[in-house]
Amino acid sequence: MNSLFTPLSWSDSGLILTGVWNTIIISVVAIVVGTILGLIVGFLRAESNKAVNVLFGSVLDVLRSVPLIIQLILFSTFVGAMGNPLAPFVAGSIVLSLYTMAFMSEVFRSGFESVSPSMQTAARSLGMTKWQTIYHIRLPIGLRAVFPSWLGVALSVIKDSALVSVIGYMELLRTSEQLISRTQQPLEILIGVGIFYFIISYPLSHYGRYVERKMAI
Amino acid sequence: MISVQNVHKSFGDLEVLKGVSLDVKKGEVVSVIGGSGSGKSTLLYCINAIEPINRGKILVDDVDVHAKETNKDKLRQKLGMVFQQWNSFPHMTVLENAALAPRIVKKMSKEEAIEIAKKELEHVGLGDKFDVYPTKMSGGQQQRLAIARALAMKPDYMLLDEVTSALDPELVGEVLDTLRLLAEEGMTMICVTHEMGFARDVSDRVAYFHEGVIAEIGEARQVITDPQNPLTQKFLSKVR
Repeated sequence: MNSLFTPLSWSDSGLILTGVWNTIIISVVAIVVGTILGLIVGFLRAESNKAVNVLFGSVLDVLRSVPLIIQLILFSTFVGAMGNPLAPFVAGSIVLSLYTMAFMSEVFRSGFESVSPSMQTAARSLGMTKWQTIYHIRLPIGLRAVFPSWLGVALSVIKDSALVSVIGYMELLRTSEQLISRTQQPLEILIGVGIFYFIISYPLSHYGRYVERKMAI
Repeated sequence: MISVQNVHKSFGDLEVLKGVSLDVKKGEVVSVIGGSGSGKSTLLYCINAIEPINRGKILVDDVDVHAKETNKDKLRQKLGMVFQQWNSFPHMTVLENAALAPRIVKKMSKEEAIEIAKKELEHVGLGDKFDVYPTKMSGGQQQRLAIARALAMKPDYMLLDEVTSALDPELVGEVLDTLRLLAEEGMTMICVTHEMGFARDVSDRVAYFHEGVIAEIGEARQVITDPQNPLTQKFLSKVR
């Protein structure tokens, strides 16, 4: 008798690996872009006056407060409705990167602000220029102070990347959903997917703690 | 020579310096004493162009410190400054702390910068601490590091802003000894200080600041032991 469903087999590993790979790729893109933008925005926020901060702050508040899944759907539908639909990877990367940036900018801002003005004055009194002080003093001290928070955001981005499946990106969760609908073996597959996320995240957080100890000042 | 000419400086509505004039010659050590809020630290910040002034003029080797065309970063290379808070760079070893500015500001080679840094650290008695991180050291050691870090830039003048005020009492001595050594070597210094014994023994002249003006200035021993101005007498009777 022919079943509508075919059980999970080794031939599915290609699909699963594609999912794993796509999850890693979009996470790396979001973390790298989000970190770079967050560094810039965080620095500007630490440096600028109240008016600029209120402006920046309100945009960031929207990005942080609206659930990611809604941002993803709204963005991709909106861009699609404008007549230039983006590939799911592109749309997902943009939204996830901006979302990451919103959290990273706060992390970096607090890092920059953790370096006391008197420390900077001391550096300037040695003849360092403003930029030398930023590069050699403020940046390294501030980044060390916020490394644990940075890692926390990065790890949550890896997990949040599962939400990009709603706009059709074939990451790990989406491929597993397809497999589930074909095999009707949700338990095995979801446990497997959970383990994959764990395998990706755990070594990172473990390595992070090691780096944190090494950098402790 | 540092020449402060009729300098006025306000923070908002508060006038902190109300016409201060002071000449410090090469090789001279001048201590500045006075109550808190009398403007003595502000004067150092103005000499180093960390704070702008409202009126008057400050010349360092005939260069107008606050003129628009003056390169203040370059000027500060001549003026070593040490603060109440030592502000060691916590992410660098002691040696890196002292070698950083010579390397990036004076563009020395790494070897040259390290050689100078080592020399100055030995100078202040930190020759055994090169690879230690400053947060592992006492306040007195960190303050000596701050002095060595400033000296590594080969400044012509040292501006010292209450460098012992934040230290535990038992650590004050080692820092003052370092400053004594510098004075004996002929370093030109302006020391804002609450250490009257140090001011009396080490400096050539002492200036007493009161409410933004120099109320009395003269030969160190005379000002400390036999002040002429009643305000100075009152201040000294309180701090003793």
